[in-house]
Amino acid sequence: MTELDDFLKELTKWEENILGKSINGKEMRQTQFKNLSDIDIKGLFTPLDIKETKYIEKLGFPGQFPFTRGAYPSMYRGQFWTMRQFAGMGSAEQTNKRYKFLIGHGQTGLSVAFSLHTIYGYEASDKRALGEIGKEGVAIDTLKDMEILFDGIDLSKISTSMTINAPASILLSMYIAVAGKQGISPEKLRGTIQNDILKEYIAQKSWVFPPEPSMRLIVDTIEYCTKYVPQWYPISISGYHIREAGSTAVQELAFTLADGFAYVEAAIKRGLNIDDFAPRLSFFFNSHNNFFEEICKYRAARRIWAKHMRNKYNAKKKESIRLRFHTQTAGVSLTAQEPENNIVRVTLQGLAAVLGGTQSLHTNSFDEALCLPTEKAAKIALRTQQIIAYESGVADTVDPLAGSYYIEWLTDKMEQQAEEYFRRIEELGGVIPAIHKNFFQTEIANAAYKYQREIDSNKRFIIGVNKFQSEKFELPELLAIEEAVSEHQINRLNEIKKNRDNEKVNILLTKLKEAAKGTENLIPYILDAVKEYTSVGEIIESLKEVFGVYREKQII
Amino acid sequence: MNKTRRIKIIAAKPGLDGHDRGIKVVARALRDAGMEVIYTGLHQTPEDIVNAVIQEDPDVLALSLLSGAHNTLCPIIMEKLHEKNIDDVLVVVGGIIPRKDTSFLQKKGLTGFFGPGTPLQIIVDFIKSNLKR
Repeated sequence: MTELDDFLKELTKWEENILGKSINGKEMRQTQFKNLSDIDIKGLFTPLDIKETKYIEKLGFPGQFPFTRGAYPSMYRGQFWTMRQFAGMGSAEQTNKRYKFLIGHGQTGLSVAFSLHTIYGYEASDKRALGEIGKEGVAIDTLKDMEILFDGIDLSKISTSMTINAPASILLSMYIAVAGKQGISPEKLRGTIQNDILKEYIAQKSWVFPPEPSMRLIVDTIEYCTKYVPQWYPISISGYHIREAGSTAVQELAFTLADGFAYVEAAIKRGLNIDDFAPRLSFFFNSHNNFFEEICKYRAARRIWAKHMRNKYNAKKKESIRLRFHTQTAGVSLTAQEPENNIVRVTLQGLAAVLGGTQSLHTNSFDEALCLPTEKAAKIALRTQQIIAYESGVADTVDPLAGSYYIEWLTDKMEQQAEEYFRRIEELGGVIPAIHKNFFQTEIANAAYKYQREIDSNKRFIIGVNKFQSEKFELPELLAIEEAVSEHQINRLNEIKKNRDNEKVNILLTKLKEAAKGTENLIPYILDAVKEYTSVGEIIESLKEVFGVYREKQII
Repeated sequence: MNKTRRIKIIAAKPGLDGHDRGIKVVARALRDAGMEVIYTGLHQTPEDIVNAVIQEDPDVLALSLLSGAHNTLCPIIMEKLHEKNIDDVLVVVGGIIPRKDTSFLQKKGLTGFFGPGTPLQIIVDFIKSNLKR
């Protein structure tokens, strides 16, 4: 008898005698246990579920192909992940104050949330910006606002992430210009710009131009940074928003990596060498409620990326092949009911991100289903990840869950299901044609609807919402953005426009438009324009004249 | 109203806010409950929304905002509807609307506020029992 036969015999014996007797006709809590990707989770995993696993091929050692166990050899034993809380509200002055508060409490990186009018490239005075200024992030119109935002913060010492997409090239140029004024050269700058337009069409919906010219701007940024801002990550390929829009974990994994491959292909098409740009691609994932599913998602992401980068795109450098990512806990999982419970949800989600090997982490504030975070809530959120780091001991050994039958089985399963999605996307002609066919949008809308239906029919429980509800609960103190922020922002913009060299601005905008009609890299033109205090809105409007605008086909 | 007629709804996203998960889920639930739902899509100005109401003559206008622009944009929409003598359309709103803002919006003529975690059936029932015509 082989070892396997022995094992099977013992397992059958256990199932019949021990498990069978213990259940003895009793009903389980549920007839089926399914995770958020609809994967059926059985009651017990055993060596049988990972019998095909060859350690070196599937897991490898941390910092080594296929990077399943982690991007770096010693992971958090050297240093913890970067604690990077996404923040931005009201005016540049107000947000600068919040940054100094967070840095003062031990935050190790900055992360800028921009006002919606900045995100869409409208000037504060545009009627489309009415009611929106500073409500969801910091209002930025010109370089002047960026100077105030980073006033007193040494940009050679801190890394900064900026969540901006359609106007990413403009905000990156402004950051380079602000650093220049602090006497810091571009090659010393560290940080990330989101600059991931594909997921905008798929999920977050803050687009400006159609996909094709948008892809050109992104490749321009990648090309420029590779040459002149070498420590910068010119793109953060994001699953976060795909998940927030309602996707499952597997869809988040598959669609994000598919977007990543699309950027790689676009950059190769431009003639860039994969090993020059791929080391500077970064990722951004969500961390939702199902603890093990999230951990497996990160591990599968590293393995899939490594395999494709090496085998399909022929990347040679280790840095091109290893996937590094930022994580934010799931905003959509926060409840407006009994909001303090969100602190516990965020703790579990943050822990999953750390056990999955994240490079940086944003833990949400408990009041975010109600408002932008108050100072108190933001501090608790930061403390949450500091407690995970300094008190729990989970960061002391690398990838501590590896080898778990369940974890390895689920990592494999999620990888297989993602590969299935890659095949479907390819059949549709690739990511951009699939966007035009509403493929991703429909998949996500279906998953979102199914999830809500499951909650409404008590197939899934959210404490305080459809289980253990309280009739009454106290609301915390809420942050409100003063309407005066709008007036202040419009006045400052008008003031800047009165005092700058408008003739020069016009010449630079004309030059930019001419360049946009050709194939030149546009970043130097944008950089020249922002240095003369040209507004985000003026640059976007000029580019719209050449590139046109995107219109979404509606689906419900 | 004539009970055999289908309830007609315009679901709209005012302003720049791109969070459309909620409104799409709600729109589908209303459709599954037998109502006719027209979704305007994102980034609608108050003028766009009022024009859609004039064209489609719905029983209900369902707005969704998560950006914090509700206190500015909802009253403008209500004023523009009133200017066109449209006073028999039920206007409901979903998204992130702090409790302290709902009384202000109620005074402006909005009824029905559905924040995060609202079961879909509650929205369906509310609409069915609060129609203005």
